[in-house]
Amino acid sequence: MFKTFKTILFRDLTLAMRRKTDILSAVFFFIIVISLFPLGVGLDKTVLIKIAPGIAWVAALLASMLALERLFAGDYEDGTLEQMLITPQPMTVIVLAKVVAHWLLTGLPLVLIVPLVGLQYHLSGEAILVMMMALLLGTPILSLLGAIGAALTLGVRGGGILISLLILPLYIPVLVYGSGAVSASLIAGESQAYLLLLGAFLILTLLFSPIATALALKISSE
Amino acid sequence: MILQANNISCRRGERLLFSNLNFHIQSGELMLIEGRNGCGKTTLLRTLAMLRQPDEGQITWNDEPIDKLAEEYRQHLVWMGHHNALKGDLTAIENLRVATCLNNINCSEDELWTALETIGLYGYEDLPTRVLSQGQKRRAALAFLLLSQSKLWVLDEPFSALDVKAVDFLQSIIRKHIEKDGMVILTTHQEVALMSDKIKRVQLDAL
Repeated sequence: MFKTFKTILFRDLTLAMRRKTDILSAVFFFIIVISLFPLGVGLDKTVLIKIAPGIAWVAALLASMLALERLFAGDYEDGTLEQMLITPQPMTVIVLAKVVAHWLLTGLPLVLIVPLVGLQYHLSGEAILVMMMALLLGTPILSLLGAIGAALTLGVRGGGILISLLILPLYIPVLVYGSGAVSASLIAGESQAYLLLLGAFLILTLLFSPIATALALKISSE
Repeated sequence: MILQANNISCRRGERLLFSNLNFHIQSGELMLIEGRNGCGKTTLLRTLAMLRQPDEGQITWNDEPIDKLAEEYRQHLVWMGHHNALKGDLTAIENLRVATCLNNINCSEDELWTALETIGLYGYEDLPTRVLSQGQKRRAALAFLLLSQSKLWVLDEPFSALDVKAVDFLQSIIRKHIEKDGMVILTTHQEVALMSDKIKRVQLDAL
């Protein structure tokens, strides 16, 4: 089983490296949104510090949704998804490997860009750390939840928008707690409760999302 | 080893494609599914490959329903549909490596290279498959048959896009598989001279 996980993970990472445009677009989108807001909202320090958590999270959310459509669409179109459904390997392992690859390419870079956000929004060192922690816990949740939406909308026209409609309600708790964690640390220095809740969300989605996604893929391929 | 279809019927949307279809295939047999375009050949094959459920009836493998056997049945199965199931950005050898790994086939690097050479892709093994011609892509997909140890082959128009030499080669692979007590179910639009003595034919039009 671990061999299957490794094979699919490396396969997806190799494919992404050979077509760099897909991954870079999500990261660039994040940077662009983050950088445009201070220009639009004005350079008042207090305002920027207040809106930083919300903006970073919405940007992360949108960047994640951008990249989701291609999670399964490529495999669906060239027939490799069919083959994965036919193999004796458990589909949940294959799905988990694909989602991990997706997160490494579109979620983890956002965590690493947070110091840049901190610079532009005049965040303190501690706030930056909390934001990194929150995104580290939250972006995998976005990838896992998004995978379900991507699997359900395979082969459907207008898939991208449909994914967003399906998944947004599920994303909202992540958004609230994620940006809440950073806001709480800015105001009261106490972000632990929010981070623990995010951690719990992550464990819950790790358990259920691959199963739901595998089922959705089976249905979409019929 | 026996695969049996009991009273199966399949729908495609509102349309009933076929109903009350019964057949069985045993080790060492080849079955040809025939019928005009749109009569449900691909749907039938996809049902046998467990990509979809029959709307009615049951399919059994050695008298056990295949949906109960699930992974065990899939271990015995090779499916080749209309798509080549190749990632265009991966090379032929990389594609083959992933395919063998996913199907629990333990083979060495040398065996992978040999398979690609045997299928006629010598010199093309480490090019991304999107630069190969249609026929070469089909060959790259068929290389998997050389390495698979599964008994049941379900092939949907495997000869399409192949040139004369490749058609001959594929026929010989199929023949060898049958001789080794394998089972092959396929559809083809072409007049292909398969071994005529052991072919079972299922006509979907007549139902």
